[in-house]
Amino acid sequence: MAPLLEISGLRAYYGATEALHGLSFSIAQGGITTLLGANGAGKTTTLRAISGLVRREGSIVFDGRPIDKMATEDITRLGVAHVPEGRGTFVGLSVEENLKIASYGRRDKSGVRRDLDLVFTYFPRLKERIAQQAGTLSGGEQQMLAISRALMLGPRLMLLDEPSFGLAPLIVQEIFQIMRRINEEAGVSMLLVEQNAALALNLAENAYVLETGNVVMAGPSAELKNDEGIRKSYLGY
Amino acid sequence: MTAITTAAPAAAETSRNLTRTLLIGLLLLAAALPFLVGKSGFISNFTFLQLSLMIVYAIAVLGLNLLTGFNGQISLGHGAFFAVGAYTAAILIEHCGVNYWLTLPAAALICFVVGYLFGLPALRLEGHYLALATFGLAIAVPQMLKYKHLEPLTNGVMGINLLKPDAPFGLPLSGDQWMYLVVLVVAVAMFWMARNLLNSRPGRAMVAIRDHTLAAGTMGIDTSRYKATVFGISALYVGVAGALHAIIFEFVSPDSFRFELSIAILVGAVVGGVASLPGAVIGGIFVQFIEKYADAMTKKLTQAIHLPLELQPWTLYGITLIVLIYVMPGGIAGGLAALWARLRRPKSG
Ligand SMILES: Nc1ncnc2c1ncn2[C@@H]1O[C@H](COP(=O)(O)OP(=O)(O)O)[C@@H](O)[C@H]1O
Ligand SMILES: [Mg+2]
Repeated sequence: MAPLLEISGLRAYYGATEALHGLSFSIAQGGITTLLGANGAGKTTTLRAISGLVRREGSIVFDGRPIDKMATEDITRLGVAHVPEGRGTFVGLSVEENLKIASYGRRDKSGVRRDLDLVFTYFPRLKERIAQQAGTLSGGEQQMLAISRALMLGPRLMLLDEPSFGLAPLIVQEIFQIMRRINEEAGVSMLLVEQNAALALNLAENAYVLETGNVVMAGPSAELKNDEGIRKSYLGY
Repeated sequence: MTAITTAAPAAAETSRNLTRTLLIGLLLLAAALPFLVGKSGFISNFTFLQLSLMIVYAIAVLGLNLLTGFNGQISLGHGAFFAVGAYTAAILIEHCGVNYWLTLPAAALICFVVGYLFGLPALRLEGHYLALATFGLAIAVPQMLKYKHLEPLTNGVMGINLLKPDAPFGLPLSGDQWMYLVVLVVAVAMFWMARNLLNSRPGRAMVAIRDHTLAAGTMGIDTSRYKATVFGISALYVGVAGALHAIIFEFVSPDSFRFELSIAILVGAVVGGVASLPGAVIGGIFVQFIEKYADAMTKKLTQAIHLPLELQPWTLYGITLIVLIYVMPGGIAGGLAALWARLRRPKSG
C-alpha cells in the first residue's frame, strides 16, 4: 500500500535560518509513527512544515497529492489535523465554540454531528464542561480539547505535538489510551512528536529520530526500544 | 450540582432580558430627548453637540476594539482613518454637493479599502512592529492632507468649513439636536452590526485568531485574509465616525487629526474595556469628557482641596489613567462586570 504521507528532501526556514536540512520519511496508512529527538531537534518545525505554517521546500505528498505548495487551510481541508505545541486553546471562547470552530469549513453537516458525538464518547468530561470558558479548563482538559478540535476536522492524519507536555502521568496515560482508540476505531493515522521517548515508542509502530534538523535513526519502535546503544545515545533513557 | 445547572441558564436568561429592556428604554429616552427639550433651551445646543461627539468617539473606539480587543492587532494609528473618513465627507459635501447621509457609506467604503490594503502588508508585522507601523500612519496622514497638489481638494492647512444640516420635514429641532439624533441612530446600527458580527462564525474566528493565531490556522481559518478584513472593518467604523465628526463639527483640518487623536482612541478602548461593547461606549465618554475637561477639572480640584502647588494641565488625566489601569486592568467595563458578579454572588456557600 502506498504511504499516507511521503516526505523527501524537506527543508524549512525561520527567516533566513534553515531549521530542517532535507528530511525524508514516510508514514503508513492507518498507523502511528513517532518523531523523537532532543529539544530543538526540529520536531515542531517538521509538523509545521507539513501544515504549511513555516516556509518550506522539498516534496510533501499526502495521499498521492503534493501539498508542499498549499496553504494551511487547504491542507486542513484535505484531512490533516494539527494539534499544536502548547495545545493552542482559544481561551476566550467556550468549549463548545472551540469545537465548532473546527467545523466551520466543513459542508457535511451530518458528519459534523457524528464527529461531535464521537468526541463526547472519547472525552465525556468535555461534554460536562461544554459551556465553560476554555481558558478555565485544566491542562489535561485543554489537551483533550485540542485533540477533540482536531477530530472535528474529520481528519485522516493527525499531527500531535507533545500531547504529554506538562501533564500528570495519570492524565497522560488516559489521553494516550484514547489516542490509541481514535487510531484503531476511527482509523485516524497519527504522527506523534514526543520528548518522552518511552511513552511514544509504546504507542507507535514506527519511529524516526531527529537531530539538528536531520533524520539520524529510523525503524520499528520495538527495535529502537530494545537496542540499548540507540536508547542511550539518542533517546536518553 | 443539578440544581445549579438548571438554575443558572434561567437566571442568565432573566438577567439578559432585563439588560435588553433597560437598554431599549435608555435608547428610547435618549432619542426622545431632543423632542422633549425642543426649543426650550433646557439642554443647550452645545451640550447636544458634546453628546454627539461622545457617541462619535464611541463608534471610533468600537472600531479599534474590533481590531485590538477581538482580533489582537494593535493600532496606534486609527486617527488616520478618522481623518480619511472626515475628509471624504467634507470633500463630497463641499465639492460635489453630496447629501450628508450619502457621505457615510462613501467614507465607510473608502476606509474599508484603505484599511484592508494597509492591513495586508501589516500581516507580516507582529506586536510592537505593527504598533510602530500604524503610528507612522498616524504621523503621515495629517501631513499628506497638507500636500500642495491636493490643495484644490483639501484646502491645505486652512481646512474645509461645512454647514450643519437643518432638521428635515419641518421637525421642530435645531441642527445640533437633529444631528444628535442622526449620530445616535447610526451608532445604534453600528453597535448592533458589531454585536451580530461577534456572535457569528466569523466573529468567533476573529477571537480564535486573537487567542492563538497558529492554532486558528490549523483549524482551517485563513488567518491572513481574516486579519486584513478585520483591519478593513475596523477602519470602516473609525471612518464613519470621522465622517460624522466632520458633519457635526462643521469643519475639518489636518491639525484636527494629529497623532494625539490615535492615542486618545486607543486610551478610550483600553480604559473602557478592551473586547467589550459596553466598554466602547464608556471609552467614547472617556475620550470626549475626561480628555476635554481634564484641564478644567485639574484647576477645580486644585482649588477645592487647596493644593499649595500648581498642577500642570495633563496631570489629572495621567493620574486617572494610571489609577484606572492598576485598579481595573479589564477597563471600566471589566471592573463593573467583576463588581456586579461579586454583588450577585450569594453570601452563603
Ligand atoms: N519561531 C522560531 N523562530 C526562529 N527559530 C526557531 C523558531 N522556532 C524554532 N526555531 C529553531 O528551529 C530549531 C528547531 O526547533 P523546534 O522545531 O521547535 O524543535 P523541537 O520541537 O524539536 O524542540 C531550533 O534550533 C529552534 O531554535
Ligand atoms: Mg517542539
